[in-house]
Amino acid sequence: MNDASPDRANTLPVYLDNQASTPVDSRVLEAMLPYFTIDYGNPHSESHVYGHRAMAAIDAARGEIAGLIHADPREIVFTSGATEANNLAIKGAAHFAREHPTASTPKDHIVALKTEHKCVLESCVALEREGFRVTYLDVPESGLVDLEKLKAALTAQTLLVSIMAAHNEIGVIQPLAEIGAICRERSVLFHTDAAQALGKIPLDVEAMQIDLMSMSGHKLYGPKGVGALYVRRRPRVRLSPLIDGGGQERGLRSGTLPTPLCVGFGKACAIAAAEMGGEAARLKGLRERLQKSLAQRIHGLAVNGDLGHRLPGSLNVSIEGTTAADLIEACPSIAISTGSACTSASVEPSYVLRALGLSDDRANASIRLGLGRFTTASDVDYAVDALAAAVARLRAGHATIDGSGNAANMKA
Amino acid sequence: MTRETYLDWNATAPLRPAAASAVAEALALGGNPSSVHRRGRAARRLVENSRAAVAALVGAPAEAVIFTSGGTEANQLALLGSGRQRMLVLAIEHSSVLQAVPDAERIPVDGDGIVDLDALTALLAADRRPALVSVMLANNETGVIQPVGEIAEIAHARGAQFHCDAVQAAGKIPLLIAETGADLMTLSAHKIGGPSGIGALVSSVEVAPLLRGGGQERNRRAGTENLSGVAGFAAAASAANPGEYDLVCGLRDRLEAALPEAIVIADGVLRLPNTSAIAMPGVPAETQIIAFDLDGVMVSAGAACSSGKVGPSHVLAAMRIAPELANSTIRVSLGWSTTEADIAHFIDAWTALYRRTRGRKAA
Repeated sequence: MNDASPDRANTLPVYLDNQASTPVDSRVLEAMLPYFTIDYGNPHSESHVYGHRAMAAIDAARGEIAGLIHADPREIVFTSGATEANNLAIKGAAHFAREHPTASTPKDHIVALKTEHKCVLESCVALEREGFRVTYLDVPESGLVDLEKLKAALTAQTLLVSIMAAHNEIGVIQPLAEIGAICRERSVLFHTDAAQALGKIPLDVEAMQIDLMSMSGHKLYGPKGVGALYVRRRPRVRLSPLIDGGGQERGLRSGTLPTPLCVGFGKACAIAAAEMGGEAARLKGLRERLQKSLAQRIHGLAVNGDLGHRLPGSLNVSIEGTTAADLIEACPSIAISTGSACTSASVEPSYVLRALGLSDDRANASIRLGLGRFTTASDVDYAVDALAAAVARLRAGHATIDGSGNAANMKA
Repeated sequence: MTRETYLDWNATAPLRPAAASAVAEALALGGNPSSVHRRGRAARRLVENSRAAVAALVGAPAEAVIFTSGGTEANQLALLGSGRQRMLVLAIEHSSVLQAVPDAERIPVDGDGIVDLDALTALLAADRRPALVSVMLANNETGVIQPVGEIAEIAHARGAQFHCDAVQAAGKIPLLIAETGADLMTLSAHKIGGPSGIGALVSSVEVAPLLRGGGQERNRRAGTENLSGVAGFAAAASAANPGEYDLVCGLRDRLEAALPEAIVIADGVLRLPNTSAIAMPGVPAETQIIAFDLDGVMVSAGAACSSGKVGPSHVLAAMRIAPELANSTIRVSLGWSTTEADIAHFIDAWTALYRRTRGRKAA
């Protein structure tokens, strides 16, 4: 059960799991290093130059992040990652509304898609235990939000809508500007988890009327352990902090800012701003090549999620007659996954694909392929060969068990 | 160019070379530790090896270590995640403890900043609800070390849990979590020569998560692990050597002895070997800090976290130090690479400033 060709035998697998994490761009690493060893001061030390230099670097990074989403630097709150940003956005908005009631009707209702990332759903569940109400919207097979259903779900009590910008498993891009317009008209806060979308597609918090946006460093060739939450200033969005203490980040998020990580995240955003267009075109070409080749070589292959509204490097397919677990085991020379890495230790059907209405068999047979900045055409071709061979072996193996052949089984 | 002398180690320490290498290697490694494939598994191994190294810093089992984004988050997790109905915190705790539970009951300290054990006993006896006692091992502004073993005994005798913020003490003095009696202990990497953005809560008791999501850290702290952070933290933890601080302590003591008419806060009690809170009578701390910075000497007026707001120190106020004296107190903190020349630079700058300001007053 090993499809590794000799030249691949001692190397790392071809990495097609760029939604789980991306490698740090060498330009990002280079930008970070001086802040580990030379300008190591605590950025909150206002009394000396080491602190000033660190804070100046953080401010520059804040500007780079803001620039990528057309925000004001003062609207960027650094966090430890997108999970914290999502927790802060959702719990922070809910807690603030409860602590500072303004209207006669309490704002205690939240709307999210059933396909949101675990950290959004878990934050919602935690709020339900505190007495908030949450509507989890169904999505059609395309994975795209049904705007009429969204409108119908909003009430006078609705505080916040949380809809992921681009999906981590299936890659579909939601109609952010339309959602933003609906939310603004109904005076509902619009939060979007843009961990996957940032730097991959244009995002404009003004044009899209986004109030809160979660971002992550390590999904766009920056380091792990840093992310940010965009918090709109006009009209002002108020949150209760999740982490209190020294009052950093305007009181919204206490804790010493990790200068090198912030710098790396900023640099990653600056690179994305400069290179996004070309990179997206290249990745879309590679993805189409991947999809076409797979479809030619493997019958019974179905794409999950809408193809028209999709991140350029993202593909999710189900392969009839196989299971993702078997496929991954049969292809050690490519790094792929069944879905979200966070829960991938458990091999149960993706709740996301089930929410799209796919059968358990199809959900179980789905794999996620994520192409990135460092993926080459030969990586794609190699992956197609590996997957096609593995599918053939698995299907032959199953056939053998069925008593209808033995040659392939011997070879495996 | 003027000579630069960094004496603000309690705000942050420079990265240890071993930690720098570990960080760079981990950044190059990539991979999400939760991914099942080979690259993910390599990242997972790095996280788990790092966990063991951080646990070893305080003699804890690896599974007790919950990685967080730093000391502030670890303190919040300890207090908010404990589920305890009563919170008793020392009056001189770091702001990340005080702000986490603003309505917590405050345990007073004496004039040297040491916990009042009788007051703690009385507070615990006054109310039978399950409590959590949070007392730092060593104070960030004065370096004063608390009798944590006795605190743990008193707390446990009344069914309370004991949380100890050991951010400033770790790596500077010998530290075994069992000897402190702490059920929960906070650690931070960037105070011991690791990178910023990573810390840990070492916990032998259940904690409810503050951040929910993918179920990382055994459901106690969601979010993709900060791979370079944990690797750098582990390298710094392994490199930590309280033995180095014998030399540091000698430098600190010489520094304190060389300053004319200086008042050293709590110099008669057990303190960290590297920390000194020094008052220059009659000269505001802000004036001192600006003057020192112009001379290339970097010190602080207290905690860096308060983000520039130079207000009276709650630590010195709780010790009932007169406001005039508190307002003229600065924090000088040394580290493993502090030299004789650094100390001489500080003494020269201090003495020159003191003569200047006294001369002005006399005129």
